[in-house]
Amino acid sequence: MKLQLGYIDISGVEFADKSEIKNGILYVNEKEIVAEVLQDEHLKAARLEITKPGESCRITPVKDVIQPRCKVEGPGGVFPGWMHKVDTVGSGKTHVLRGVNVVTAGKIVGFQEGIIDMTGPGADYTPFSQFNNLVLVVEPKEGIHPHQYEKAARLAGLKVATMLGELSRELKADETEEFETLGIKEGIEKYPDLPRVGYVMMLQSQGLLHDTYVYGVDMKQSLTTMIMPTETMDGAIISGNCVSACDKNTTFHHLNNPVIAELFKEHGKTLNFVGVIITNENVYLADKMRSSDWTAKLAEFLQLDGAIVSQEGFGNPDTDLIMNCKKLEERGIKTVIITDEYAGQDGKSQSLADADAAADAVVTGGNANMVVKLPALERVIGSTEFVNVIAGGHDGSLQADGSIEGELQMITGATNEMGFNKLSAR
Amino acid sequence: MTKLRVVHYINQFFAQVGGEEMAHIEPEKREGAVGPGLAFNTEFGEQAEIVATIVCGDSYFGENMDKAKETVLNMVKEEKPDLFIAGPAFNAGRYGVACATITAAVKEELGIPAITGMYEENPGADMFKDKVYIIATRDSAAGMRKAVPPMAKLGLKLAKGEAVGSSAEEGYLPNGIRVNFFEEKRGALRAVEMLNKKLAGKAYTTEYPMPSFDRVEPGAAIKEMSKATIALVTSGGIVPKGNPDHIESSNASKFGEYNIAGVTDLDADTYETAHGGYDPVYANEDSDRVLPVDVLRKLEADGKIGKLYDHFYTTVGNGTAVASAKKFGEEIGKKLKADGVDAVILTST
Repeated sequence: MKLQLGYIDISGVEFADKSEIKNGILYVNEKEIVAEVLQDEHLKAARLEITKPGESCRITPVKDVIQPRCKVEGPGGVFPGWMHKVDTVGSGKTHVLRGVNVVTAGKIVGFQEGIIDMTGPGADYTPFSQFNNLVLVVEPKEGIHPHQYEKAARLAGLKVATMLGELSRELKADETEEFETLGIKEGIEKYPDLPRVGYVMMLQSQGLLHDTYVYGVDMKQSLTTMIMPTETMDGAIISGNCVSACDKNTTFHHLNNPVIAELFKEHGKTLNFVGVIITNENVYLADKMRSSDWTAKLAEFLQLDGAIVSQEGFGNPDTDLIMNCKKLEERGIKTVIITDEYAGQDGKSQSLADADAAADAVVTGGNANMVVKLPALERVIGSTEFVNVIAGGHDGSLQADGSIEGELQMITGATNEMGFNKLSAR
Repeated sequence: MTKLRVVHYINQFFAQVGGEEMAHIEPEKREGAVGPGLAFNTEFGEQAEIVATIVCGDSYFGENMDKAKETVLNMVKEEKPDLFIAGPAFNAGRYGVACATITAAVKEELGIPAITGMYEENPGADMFKDKVYIIATRDSAAGMRKAVPPMAKLGLKLAKGEAVGSSAEEGYLPNGIRVNFFEEKRGALRAVEMLNKKLAGKAYTTEYPMPSFDRVEPGAAIKEMSKATIALVTSGGIVPKGNPDHIESSNASKFGEYNIAGVTDLDADTYETAHGGYDPVYANEDSDRVLPVDVLRKLEADGKIGKLYDHFYTTVGNGTAVASAKKFGEEIGKKLKADGVDAVILTST
């Protein structure tokens, strides 16, 4: 399967009467977009706000971050199962709006939404401080359940990203990249001497607002399966969860999966990137055992020599991470796991909730319990009224002067377990 | 600017007194820098200088530990230094133990910033790496040139009270305290590089060595449940409505103790969950779903259990550090034991 990504560079976002992309500027008609978002009966109001890197601006509570894309050639459309039918995506050509993201924000759903600071120390920890952000602030109707609100906010974000992506359909890409996954036999013939490497992507599926969807399917109801790496670039996997902001894999992360990107870079040089296994993180022991068995079984069937396992969330999913690692290693498949740590504010505690000697190659995204101080910023998009109760905050996190003291957990994408960032710990 | 005062500890060999045959010499103090101290002075530049060097034989220190320690501590104290440095000891076992022992003593007993350096397999490293900063060095004195700069750099930081970075940045042996820092490459690339090394059978370093996992043997089965007092303890965050003790939704710093004498049912008006990390609707509608007071009361009424204990203990498991959980568990366990509780039902979310 072969996919071309055509990057349309976006250097700024402005409101205008007509939504369009001209000379690298994304013009947005707010009315038109809000009208579309408010088609959802669960939402009372919505508005758009624009912020850019370096601005003294804080966005919170952040739910998801989505990069606008548009399928211009080949079957299906972006975000299959949600914004388009479930046709198999991942081939042909897709346009990517590079430099702008849709960020969904608004009244809190659960406890685990995050903060994006566009400047200051907080900006160093979130990758999203580096983008022009079009923030969609939604307001739910009174009396709806959190899960209904979560779904409405999630779909609103996808809708806006799809509408904006669509604006690039007729444009010429600034840069094009091509990604290809070969069939099993073809791959072996082409790279007979390279180690066969697979990627095991663990998807958050603990339920109760901790869900991830694949082609519209709730991953907790799926057995471990496979996906083509290029399918993820078309939005086949989307985030629908409120885990701690720091290690939530946003939809942006799924579209721009760093493990897939780095494995493609080495593909055909030092390794043969065979494919991606997706597995879940369900809470019941039987599910964990079954899913990790299937992970190892598929990896063995693919005759992998090595695997990288990435995680989402922490605590309960640490068990899945260790089970996957142990079972892969037992089959002689050399494994590296990517995780983050909850070592306490003093860094002295055991970092994971489970451990095994087989996990002898670990990459860490840092200690999420580390305390950070975020100065007051001039502008707030959304509201800081939830800062004390989001995961990583405590009673008193929000200080009278508008500054915030709390754990790194609060910052969206800070300790990403796909290895998106440079932050680490020793 | 006045230079920071440094006292340096070395053995008979590095003081060029002699080898094994001179290992018995008692501690003596010399003015200024001796042997490797010269390299430290060069490294310190204008910022600091070695004002005194204490030389002690390795055998003497090992065989007269308490006395040697006392003598050396007194010698250090006289100099009123801003920083104490010992070694580096490389892979010399007795020297390493002496360096680490005296460094820890200076730090703890005199409250003076102190640092040493040695090879990771030196027995002194294992004994003291959690107590003092030990810069990792090569296994022989050939590594002196590489050992001095990080020791001097971290030593100056300690003397000035500056923030210490992670072990990977500063070069000290990992001491169990996890410190965040920014790597040069992103995590996914580090993972691919680590995997390539692992596949090729080359050396690589894990970023998080697995701890030995604490496993607890279950207690003996209770023979007569109808006489047993059963307590409910939860990490599911069930609290009286309004969360009176403000237990955090993640990484809880405390647990709550609440009286449930006479309570038969937890309803939406009186109880809720403080736990972040899951949809609280169902727990808030009926907190018995997480803390099954209703079921236990029925078992109590039916005579299946002797009694439901009058208090329940609760905290939030979400993101809570293992060390905190361990502390809560010990405190809660003590209270339960003192009150004659026979068994505990632990519930999570």
